[in-house]
Amino acid sequence: MNHYETVFILNPVLSEDQIKETVKKYEDFLVSNGAKMVSKEDWGLKKLAYPIQNKKSGFYHLFEYTVPGDVINQLEVEFKRDERFMRYLTVSLDKHAVSWAERRRVKLKQKA
Amino acid sequence: MMSSIEQQSKGKKDGEIRYLTPLNIDTNKTKKYCMFQKSGIKYVDYKDPDFLMRFINEQGKILPRRLTGTSLKYQRKVAVAVKRARHLALMPYVADLLK
Repeated sequence: MNHYETVFILNPVLSEDQIKETVKKYEDFLVSNGAKMVSKEDWGLKKLAYPIQNKKSGFYHLFEYTVPGDVINQLEVEFKRDERFMRYLTVSLDKHAVSWAERRRVKLKQKA
Repeated sequence: MMSSIEQQSKGKKDGEIRYLTPLNIDTNKTKKYCMFQKSGIKYVDYKDPDFLMRFINEQGKILPRRLTGTSLKYQRKVAVAVKRARHLALMPYVADLLK
C-alpha cells in the first residue's frame, strides 16, 4: 500500500451532474480496487494558465488515497480513455509530503 | 579642529578630496540563504503556484539558485514542483509580464 495523490482537470463543458457522476465513478473504481480514500477536494472551476484543447478553464479535483501500486496503472489507462479528462497527475507521497498534506488540510479547514 | 584641517590641506595635492573621517561605505552585502532550510520546509508543494512564483522570473522561467540562494537539495525539488504545476496548468510554460 502506497500513499498517492491525484489531481485531474475535467472538461468545463460538462454539466454539474456529469461532473459529480465522473468523480463518483473514479472514486468507486479506486475503492473497489482496495483503495482507502484519505481526502477529496473539489477546487471548482478554475482558470487555466494556458489553453488546453482550446479550453480556458476546467474543473479541478484532488484525491488522496492509499492503494497497492499496480492499481495506479489501471486508473491512468481509464483516465486516458475518458474524453472528459483534460489533464491528470498522480504523485506518490513520501513521509514529508504526507505530513504536509495533513497540515494543508487543517489549514484549509480553518479557513472554511 | 582648524589645525587638523590645515595640516591636512598641507599634504593635499591639487584636485584631491580629503575627508576628516573615513567614509562609511557598506561593502559587505547581505548573505543569501536557503529559505527552505531556514524555515524548515521539507516538502515543496506543486499545488501552490503563488509560493512557486518566487522561484520563477517574469517569463515563467525557473530562476537559478545562484540568484535565489536555494540549496541544491531544495532547488531540485523546486524545479520538479514548478514542472508539475505547469503540467496541471496552474502555472504557465511561457508568459509575458507575469509579475
